Amino acid sequence: MSEGTKPRDAGNWARPSGSLTASNVPSGALDTVGGKQVLSPIQGFGQMWQKTYRVSLAGAGVTPQQVIAVWKDEFPLFWPDGNEFYAPLTGITPGEVALLEAAVGGGLKLSTGVLVIYADDESFTFMTPQGHMFAGWITFSAFEENGATSAQAEVLMRAQDPLTELGLTFGGHRKEDLFWAETMRALARRFDVDAEPITNVVCVERRRQWSRVGNVRHSSAFRSSLHTATAPFRKKTQ
Amino acid sequence: MNQQAVSMNVRHADEATSVIEIRGDVTAASEEPLMDAYTAATEHGARAVLLDFSGLEYMNSGGIGLLVTLLVRANRLKQRLLACGLSDHYRQILELTRLDEAISIYPTEADALAAVGA
Repeated sequence: MSEGTKPRDAGNWARPSGSLTASNVPSGALDTVGGKQVLSPIQGFGQMWQKTYRVSLAGAGVTPQQVIAVWKDEFPLFWPDGNEFYAPLTGITPGEVALLEAAVGGGLKLSTGVLVIYADDESFTFMTPQGHMFAGWITFSAFEENGATSAQAEVLMRAQDPLTELGLTFGGHRKEDLFWAETMRALARRFDVDAEPITNVVCVERRRQWSRVGNVRHSSAFRSSLHTATAPFRKKTQ
Repeated sequence: MNQQAVSMNVRHADEATSVIEIRGDVTAASEEPLMDAYTAATEHGARAVLLDFSGLEYMNSGGIGLLVTLLVRANRLKQRLLACGLSDHYRQILELTRLDEAISIYPTEADALAAVGA
């Protein structure tokens, strides 16, 4: 492709901006991502995982484009109870930042967010910022398969820091798998399909990147745990 | 999934360096041709693989995911991954996804080959 020719995917990608800015902070949301940078799986600490959650929408009579349009418009509705996704006012479009609160167990809720790095008619991708549980991206897509439309969420991730890696190893991965499986069921129900998602988990790289251990300073989990642990002492000194 | 049009041509610049010329669309559907090309590029012991993107016409986030997989494979085999021929647009995508921190980017094939001493 020669310089000056506009690539076909030009409007589908966000532009690199260095640090994140949420265009709006809805009531009830906590902006913990402002000024943070996004992290790819390369910048994470833990083992690298590729997790795929796929559900068939056979019988729904919908095209992949229709599925993605609904998924973008109603994204927060498909998340399991107890988790919040604050969609950007302009919708899921490249460059937008969405804030979220994820229930991570033990009564803890982590406030974080995602950057929409890519979106087209058949897929969209979120990338996570510093402080998120994992470094990587999640791609949501829909496609024709065996004569019917299927929807899929695919996570390519590494725990950002040792604390999160520990949490993922001891129950976190299972919790995440249940989260996305429930999300896919809810999406299927939206199209009047009662289907069980297929989960496929592959450890892409077993090696942990100890050079990234310093990511812990950005960890929402670390900060939330510290805040909880020191709460009694703060009360005593007040 | 839609099959996208992509072609890969593998050349050996010297014993230690191979070049993969990528033409067309790189998406998740490109996994098999890309991995096959990488196998062909490294089967004779190349220590560095240069991805020539000058023929790249389209890439979505599935394609970026493939580059991460390729990077993991290269790291495991202690091979270096380089890129050349990226337009400003695709260079920005590697910057956005921070893959430019792991894949060395050069303007031309000659620059890349000079950097690895080929």
